[in-house]
Amino acid sequence: MKPSLEKLGHTAVNAVVYAGGVSTLFMQTLFWVAAPPFRARQVLDQMIKTGVNSAPISTLTSFFIGVVIAFQSAYQMQKVGGEMYIPSLVSISVTREIGPLLTALVVAGRVGASIAAELGSMKVTEQIDALETLATHPVKYLVAPRFIALFTMLPLLTIYADCVGILGGYVVSVYKLGLTSSLYIRMTFEPLVLKDIFTGLFKTLVFASIICMVSCYEGMKVEGGAEGVGSATTKAVVTSIILIIASDAFFTVIFYFVT
Amino acid sequence: METPADMIEVKKVAKSFRGRLVLNQLDLKVHKGETLVVIGRSGCGKSVLLKHIIGILKPDQGEILVEGVNVAALSSKQLNQLRLRFGMLFQGSALFDSMTVGENVGFNLIEHTTLSERAIHERIEESLELVGLKGIQELKPSELSGGMKKRVGLARAICMRPEILLYDEPTTGLDPIMADAINELIVELHDKLKVTSIAVTHDMISAYKVASRIAMMYQGKIIQAGTPDQIRNASNPIVQQFITGSASGPMTDIQVKSLEETEGGSKS
Ligand SMILES: Nc1ncnc2c1ncn2[C@@H]1O[C@H](COP(=O)(O)OP(=O)(O)OP(=O)(O)O)[C@@H](O)[C@H]1O
Ligand SMILES: [Mg+2]
Repeated sequence: MKPSLEKLGHTAVNAVVYAGGVSTLFMQTLFWVAAPPFRARQVLDQMIKTGVNSAPISTLTSFFIGVVIAFQSAYQMQKVGGEMYIPSLVSISVTREIGPLLTALVVAGRVGASIAAELGSMKVTEQIDALETLATHPVKYLVAPRFIALFTMLPLLTIYADCVGILGGYVVSVYKLGLTSSLYIRMTFEPLVLKDIFTGLFKTLVFASIICMVSCYEGMKVEGGAEGVGSATTKAVVTSIILIIASDAFFTVIFYFVT
Repeated sequence: METPADMIEVKKVAKSFRGRLVLNQLDLKVHKGETLVVIGRSGCGKSVLLKHIIGILKPDQGEILVEGVNVAALSSKQLNQLRLRFGMLFQGSALFDSMTVGENVGFNLIEHTTLSERAIHERIEESLELVGLKGIQELKPSELSGGMKKRVGLARAICMRPEILLYDEPTTGLDPIMADAINELIVELHDKLKVTSIAVTHDMISAYKVASRIAMMYQGKIIQAGTPDQIRNASNPIVQQFITGSASGPMTDIQVKSLEETEGGSKS
């Protein structure tokens, strides 16, 4: 009994230390994001790496998810003759829930891993130390541009993914389930209120912060060579995914009651 | 003549990693304008000492004073101000591999000065020329050999013309001719620009060539410091063993055992 209690204690302490470390990094990042000068070139580089280059995989996953939701709801709706509500189901679930979540998970896997690996190898080859000796704060130089890039690109990517997901539903409904094109478009936008899109995008901002902070934190505390870089990359992705899903559940509940 | 002022003073600094003591109440003084060479066996903590002096590592105990100011007590802004007066060559070069050689060398100028692009370019070219590497500005560090990386690292360290230079093994991995050229460069920086330098090395030829003073590090302490002649004639057997490079002596009293001698290790 006692050893497992002790273990639980250790886990709790580690979790608190981790949360403390990530929050401190977050505060420092906000400080450096606000501090001039604005590093346009680096931010642009990161925007391309994180946002633009994630578009293909985002297209693929969102499109298929749109297809899946359409078929899944058709399976139910056809029984009660409610096919005309399929577009609404697709648009609501994609904009409120699936679009933001799926995009965040894809970016956590793709971008989170690459941030952790890049900063991690910079750490083990003393490049981060070198940055400090050159009178440059690593958070300012490495984390802030990545944060700005993710914070702006993830919402854009999500809006894009929402559209592609709705397109997936469109293809299924119009070409397979026999809905007319105009009905699909009308039923997509009829139930959709701005609130749905905004709650989705608000969550996206939280997800972007989680991905950036967890990956940078893991990368910058790497120790022990290539092995350390590997395990930090894994941890960055796993932790981001867990936190994204947990915070998604949290906000979904909040928005259910509040809005 | 008064005694030379101390540029850097390391006072009773202790540092341990995971319970293993690496620096043990280490004391060291570096006079203004001298080149102090720190010698010592691999793994004895020389690189750790340099990292303490520039403030990347914080001592567990003791303090490090630069011109009388405690480095650990500075705010991060003041620390960065101080670091602009330093140049450091890392043992593993630590070049930024996402940038070109030129951007690496000119990092400080690009980040911390308002010089024109042209002036920066000239300065980079000049620094690279000093280390015998011309026209490689556009290459990436991954395209360089180990010795070239080291020299680019050196060019980056001297590009801002710092007042204090820390060299971590400046000549290891270089061919003897290049090594001598780097030694000449260190001497020249010392003579002409009056830089205060600390150089870590195993290479005794280089040590004798560049040093104003030599300090020997052993078991986390400086066990002897003095002019090259004083070190050469030191009576301390540990110092003697190191500078003559002999495998047997007080530093290495562990004998190689055969498999049979090792307990339970017989082959049959
Ligand atoms: N960040 C660190 N974490 C844990 N241990 C460290 C760290 N840095 C150095 N050490 C340990 O401190 C000791 C001294 O390391 P250091 O790199 O200073 O040796 P050195 O004298 O420079 O050796 P060499 O001549 O081989 O470069 C080593 O045993 C090393 O394991
Ligand atoms: Mg070393």
